[in-house]
Amino acid sequence: MKFDVNKIRQDFPELQREIYGKPLVYFDNGATTLKPQQVIERVKKYYTFDNANVHRGVHFLSQEATTEMENAREYVRKFLGAESTSEIIFTKGTTESINLVASSFGRRFIKRGDEILVSEMEHHANIVPWQLLCQQSGAVLKVIPVGDSGEIDLELYESLLSEKTKLVAFTQISNVLGTVNPVKEMSDLAHDYGARVLIDGAQGVAHDYVNVRELDCDFYVFSGHKIFAPMGIGVLYGKEKVLEEMPPYQSGGEMIDKVSFEETTFNDLPFKFEAGTPNVGGILGLETALRYWQSFDLKEVKKHEKDLLDYATEQLTAFPRVKIIGRAANKASVISFVIDGVHHYDAGTILDRLGVAVRTGHHCAQPLMQRFDIQGTVRASMTIYNTREEVDIFIKALERTIKMFS
Amino acid sequence: MTIEEKAAQVVEEFEMFGDWMDKYSYLIELGEENEPLPEELKIKQNLISGCQSQLWLVAEYRDGKVYFRADSDAIITKGIARVVLRVLNGESPDTILNCKMEFLDKIGLTQHLSPTRSNGLNAMIKQIKLYALVFKTKYEQNK
Repeated sequence: MKFDVNKIRQDFPELQREIYGKPLVYFDNGATTLKPQQVIERVKKYYTFDNANVHRGVHFLSQEATTEMENAREYVRKFLGAESTSEIIFTKGTTESINLVASSFGRRFIKRGDEILVSEMEHHANIVPWQLLCQQSGAVLKVIPVGDSGEIDLELYESLLSEKTKLVAFTQISNVLGTVNPVKEMSDLAHDYGARVLIDGAQGVAHDYVNVRELDCDFYVFSGHKIFAPMGIGVLYGKEKVLEEMPPYQSGGEMIDKVSFEETTFNDLPFKFEAGTPNVGGILGLETALRYWQSFDLKEVKKHEKDLLDYATEQLTAFPRVKIIGRAANKASVISFVIDGVHHYDAGTILDRLGVAVRTGHHCAQPLMQRFDIQGTVRASMTIYNTREEVDIFIKALERTIKMFS
Repeated sequence: MTIEEKAAQVVEEFEMFGDWMDKYSYLIELGEENEPLPEELKIKQNLISGCQSQLWLVAEYRDGKVYFRADSDAIITKGIARVVLRVLNGESPDTILNCKMEFLDKIGLTQHLSPTRSNGLNAMIKQIKLYALVFKTKYEQNK
């Protein structure tokens, strides 16, 4: 489909909203994207006509819902380039996916003295589960440093790897800095030392090409709601042979094979990791969202986002009091900045009143804030439906904001 | 002046402003004029958690009245704190505990009051009431 931003905007009803009487400029896509009508309709259709529980019923609706859900799994498999649907586990989102790996993989494979590596630019969701695992197992958490530009130095990274390293977890794209990490190289290096690799795709999935087989990562995790799908649905991809060796995470219905009070045997992949009734509406919404996303030529999307990034960066650079945090050469359409003499909270409050939705604060990446010696930033994160005109509105609003604090 | 009179005065002041921009400019002005807390009081014990901005609050009990001082790294937060403290400062613990804070609603600040709101006004009010309760229990239980 030809990339036409005006046409795309018509797919997103929420863009029609006015905030305090001003047209909404939504630059908080790193937190969650707005939802296209197609996704809303899909979820509505499920709850209106197709609602039934999956996998257990013999009746028509249950079988239909099961088929639809498993078709969605197949679509996610194709989308990620995974080998088999056994490798696609539905979760609540990135956070649950990481917790599942930390808990299950951790219990089975992480022992005292082992090392787990995370980068300094990780979201708390990709730090705290590993920290807890280390506390429980006696393993050691090591940190891959981030340079002043917001990039990881691969040599420095490699110097931290050793045969003690059992797992390396890093983000594809930083939610704060916008840095696009060299995930393939990082994954390969980790494998050279025999470590497993988890890639946090929460931001990356909606900005970049993903193919887990090409990346050769052991785990890839993402949330649906950051790629136009409903909240509460996410994915854990894991290599089948690794998942096979991992014990169940949560237990209950669906994940079992046979249960008696003496012993329970577990269901096959991926159901072993999907205890309880799944979020079928969310899963179908996710499939529709991924289809929607894939209806665009990724090259065109990247060109559009790069244009927005460059345009906004250029204009922000013209403010003497503004300092952009994160100047990576390869960067997604995410810009964090601080304003000399204006607290990020104050800036966000005024920008909000001017109809511009940005995120302010530490962005759940406090270690990264400490790294740059700041309390927080203002973050503008843009996606397919944002425009240069919106960047203009944002810049004018920022001008007005800064004036109020001088 | 009674607490009601002080609250009415604040409401009247804010009514003069036609639009939100003037209101915020006024809050910013108040924030800028706020007497800063000495660094030795800007410590963890006085920090109110749950704020995107850092907000420090200290309280004193003198002659049956409570006196608060606040500071923040964000100016709007400081301004809001000043408005609240202008009404509550110098009141008895009981008066503070019974104050329903309706003036905040009238001046259009309640949007900052929801528990998830990141400026911590809600957390600050909770802390203020907690101080009032502590002073009441500590100094006034035999009254």
